Amino acid sequence: MLEIQGVSLTMEEGQTAEILRHINLRLAEKKIYVITGPNGGGKSSLAKVIMGVYPPSEGKILLDGQDITSKTITERALLGLGYAFQNPPRFKGLKVKELVKLAASTNPDKLNIGDLLHDVGLCAQDYLDRDADASLSGGEMKRIEIATVLARKLKVAVFDEPEAGIDLWSFQRLAETFKFIHEKYDTTIIIISHQERILDLADEIILIANGEVSEQSAKDKILNKILKNEDCCSSQCEKGVIQDAEFAG
Amino acid sequence: MLSSLDKEMLEKVADLHEIPQGAYNIRRNGVGVQRNTTANIDIVTKKDKPGIDVIVKPYTTGESVHIPVIVTEENITDLVYNTFEIGAYSDVLVVAGCGIHNCGDQKSQHDGIHNFFVRKGAKLKYVEKHYGQGDGRGARVLNPKTIIEAEEGAVVELEMVQIKGIDNTLRETEVRLGDKAKLVLTERLLTYLGQEAQSKITVELNGVDSSAQIISRSVAQDESRQEFYFDLVGRNRARGHIQCDAIIMHAAQVLSTPRVSAYHSQAQLIHEAAIGRIESEQLVKLMSLGLSEKEAEDTILKGFLA
Repeated sequence: MLEIQGVSLTMEEGQTAEILRHINLRLAEKKIYVITGPNGGGKSSLAKVIMGVYPPSEGKILLDGQDITSKTITERALLGLGYAFQNPPRFKGLKVKELVKLAASTNPDKLNIGDLLHDVGLCAQDYLDRDADASLSGGEMKRIEIATVLARKLKVAVFDEPEAGIDLWSFQRLAETFKFIHEKYDTTIIIISHQERILDLADEIILIANGEVSEQSAKDKILNKILKNEDCCSSQCEKGVIQDAEFAG
Repeated sequence: MLSSLDKEMLEKVADLHEIPQGAYNIRRNGVGVQRNTTANIDIVTKKDKPGIDVIVKPYTTGESVHIPVIVTEENITDLVYNTFEIGAYSDVLVVAGCGIHNCGDQKSQHDGIHNFFVRKGAKLKYVEKHYGQGDGRGARVLNPKTIIEAEEGAVVELEMVQIKGIDNTLRETEVRLGDKAKLVLTERLLTYLGQEAQSKITVELNGVDSSAQIISRSVAQDESRQEFYFDLVGRNRARGHIQCDAIIMHAAQVLSTPRVSAYHSQAQLIHEAAIGRIESEQLVKLMSLGLSEKEAEDTILKGFLA
């Protein structure tokens, strides 16, 4: 179980900005959580605090009761935390198969790298020997990024807007894959997303706005609220829940 | 006879574990020590100056020539002139490499001047590896000069690798391409400690529809310094692309001077250059897969120089 206790994050870039304010969350095993809310509300920052990319300015993070607040990214990874970047970095000279193999290297189960790519809608034959560099499109890189997280045996997997660049066909497949790893490894899955299909996967939805958790409850309970909450998605938000007509209907 | 040290150096510079198949010439401390020729490839010692002539008969395919040089003594300055005649429509691999093992306090230096004539329709892959080792304070210095003339329809693949070990290097490469001749040049360089490396590459696209692709990747660590000069010259309807990338670390310095020179309105020349440190996102990504920061860095550098 992952517990976030009173986590705040302030960052100094010219001026001090409070990114997260006293976040308290208890995320149970074997559940799928979707974190949603307006852009710039602190969702990605929270994911990065969980993974250890940003040290919180106050508060604690506990994994199965163990305080991991001062642990490095590597230590957290080895304890079973995984994180799929919103904008994954590219690597000149590193092949797709090398990257996915690295990801799978700590997994005691023997995985077929080709199958992992298939799960994210990429043909293994076409991609295994390609470099994971700028020659890949944003969507392709994004799928490979997701594959690197699916390759691991994790207690907690965080996916930061996994749907970006994924077409509808593989989107369905992706949703099935989330369910699959969830069942296979009892992984707690945290997905940052605005998408209805992803929200549909959730056991619980967490709404984060202005650096605070404004709501955490079961999916059905919160969906109506999001729809009514005009503050949730401002009109500038291109893919906000409010603008999603299909979802609103 | 080759000692175990000689063999180790050969392995580093020519991937040779034993005496190579095909034609070869092994030069040690300024003297040729072993040679083999084949029915299609002849190696002849030059009469007017130190060095050899390697003559590949036209239509020779699937053969290789290894010409490693090893320097295992200090206070040596070895200068050779090698000429390669790659016959028309042949397809061969030439592996040249220089390994210096210097345990002493005096300088060891090898300057190799390689002149290639790649005849009509021939394919040449030329691999040049540099390697240096030894605990002594004596400098290990390598100054290779490679001049390639590629005739009509010739295809030249050039691979130049120098990873650590060499204290000072000036590498000069000149390639002239005829009609429909094609060049793919890859350069990999890693310097560390106080090493200095300079690379000057000039490619002349003289023939119609000639093309060149130059990919240079380097890593500069510690207090090392690298200087690159590229000149891509278009004298005809031709295409050329230079891509040079450097990762800079610690207190190293990297200076890159690109030049594209067009003397024909249908010459298409592109130069891309970037110098930067390892992106922190790359490190974070690999660390989030369980690698330590050092392992992540090594993985990134190894991939970059692969």
